[in-house]
Amino acid sequence: MSTTTEELQREQRRRGVPTTRRTAVYVYQAPLRVWHWVNALSITILAITGWFIANPPPSMPGEASDHFLMGYIRFFHFAAAYIFAVGFLFRLYWAFAGNSYSHQLFTLPFWRRSFWRELWHEVRWYAFLEPEPRKYYGHNPLAHLFMVVIITVGGLVMLVTGFALYSEQTGLGSWQDQLFGWVIPFVGQSQDVRIWHHWGMWVIVVFVMLHVYTAIREDVMSRQSLISTMISGWRMFKDDRP
Amino acid sequence: MPTTETFYEVMRRQGITRRSFIKFCSLTATALGLAPSFAGRIAHAMETKPRTPVLWLHGLECTCCSESFIRSAHPLVSDVVLSMISLDYDDLIMASAGHQAEAILEEITHKYKGNYILAVEGNPPLNQEGMSCIIGGRPFLEQLQEVAADAKAIISWGSCASWGCVQAARPNPTRATPVHEVIRDKPIIKVPGCPPIAEVMTGVLTYMLTFERIPDLDRQGRPKMFYGQRIHDKCYRRPHFDAGQFVEDWDDEGARKGYCLYKVGCKGPTTYNACSTVRWNNGVSFPIQSGHGCIGCSEDGFWDKGSFYQHTTDTHVFGVEANADKVGLGAVGVVGAAIGAHAAYSAIHRAKLKQNGDETTPAATNEGDKQ
Repeated sequence: MSTTTEELQREQRRRGVPTTRRTAVYVYQAPLRVWHWVNALSITILAITGWFIANPPPSMPGEASDHFLMGYIRFFHFAAAYIFAVGFLFRLYWAFAGNSYSHQLFTLPFWRRSFWRELWHEVRWYAFLEPEPRKYYGHNPLAHLFMVVIITVGGLVMLVTGFALYSEQTGLGSWQDQLFGWVIPFVGQSQDVRIWHHWGMWVIVVFVMLHVYTAIREDVMSRQSLISTMISGWRMFKDDRP
Repeated sequence: MPTTETFYEVMRRQGITRRSFIKFCSLTATALGLAPSFAGRIAHAMETKPRTPVLWLHGLECTCCSESFIRSAHPLVSDVVLSMISLDYDDLIMASAGHQAEAILEEITHKYKGNYILAVEGNPPLNQEGMSCIIGGRPFLEQLQEVAADAKAIISWGSCASWGCVQAARPNPTRATPVHEVIRDKPIIKVPGCPPIAEVMTGVLTYMLTFERIPDLDRQGRPKMFYGQRIHDKCYRRPHFDAGQFVEDWDDEGARKGYCLYKVGCKGPTTYNACSTVRWNNGVSFPIQSGHGCIGCSEDGFWDKGSFYQHTTDTHVFGVEANADKVGLGAVGVVGAAIGAHAAYSAIHRAKLKQNGDETTPAATNEGDKQ
């Protein structure tokens, strides 16, 4: 490299002119971005209210008619659950209606060898064994696997067990019972469904921690944008190398 | 001798005259708003309709179902046993014994082929060729299968017959098995509970005899009319649950005030039974009313579902016992710490790379672009 180029670059940087080309790809369309944040909010509400349904806050003083604490906690849980459920159905629809990245959440290239090789590469990147990660328009293979397992499969399990538990109060013959009532004898009994639904919450809570951490870390350390992508929809690459 | 009496014969036996009987029939027809000609048809029905024989078998059980049954108040169990049904075999309360008793089974199953009701209390053990429960010198399993073969319907009394109950709890050494897993070709009405409520038992029997069909059942074969809702749905302490008023300790103010027992492990929200409406001992009380949470005795495998005093009960999977909240909080702690450590090391690693990159590494051609 000649000194002249470096000097030129330094000059350009001083003036605030970008020295490298930043490629940007429009990945997440607006409805999908809205879904992501609505989903994030509903999961947060579901986890918090879910925790309090299993472990109610300290006993309220005074007359029972003065309070409706558990009633409200349960109401917000069910309201958020309906939003999550409608969001899930919308997301399923969007897998067909959206762009080519939108069905990543529902498909896993399980038999593609390169998928697992690149997943291993990503694991090594997190273990500080690779100097830099690969670039992806959509999810990297590791994230892809987690998204499918936790959001799609896990979300479905939570929906099915959740509606089965909900059917216990809407009663025999309600649509919730007709669609999801079979789950209770299938799993065992009501208490089993409750406890599995509760385990599911912990899996999702741990996933959320990892998801938020890796999103921030990748945004800083990888070769592409992460957080801003879910706001603007554009994936920005920090370099032009393959 | 097994009774083959009709309802008319029973009434006559109890001292009701023919004249009174005919009067009763006309009165009934009038009361039901039927034409006078129906009085004769009612009389004919009463004269010809035989009482349905019921055979009551006892397998591995503790007799709590029978103990509960004999305390029925509405209808009185004496009415059920002496007037409504023809209880031809019940080795617990029958007068005959030994070969005489066993002969009745033989006779009824032949004479009333396909027309008798089999009530089973307890369940058969399958291990050691059924040797853990011997009735009349033979494994109970054999007796059950023989009597069930020609039964019209089977009533599984209690949690033993319905789910397995205590003798089927882990590790279930005798392999005690609920009736529906042994008899698969008959309609089975499960009346779970340890024991079931007396009025629920007589209620199910009365329904079957009155309407000559089995009651509406839910997915798991329990009569909807008694097992359609949870204890929680009709609990008189429910307002305290909705308000968020709980018993935290057995001797606290909440316990004295009769607050909700949810936090001390009440299984009312997961238990399908009629305790909170029908109650026990002629409607005197039920566990929650007496200040103790429901233990879920009418639910499948309730002995193996963890503590009676915990809401988030332990989970048994693959030989591991774990509590979701303990594991969950632990995992959040561990993962949180791991994220912190990983983040810290990432920063150090990056700083180091940057330092090296600035000095020598030619690979970092675009390094200048990174912040």
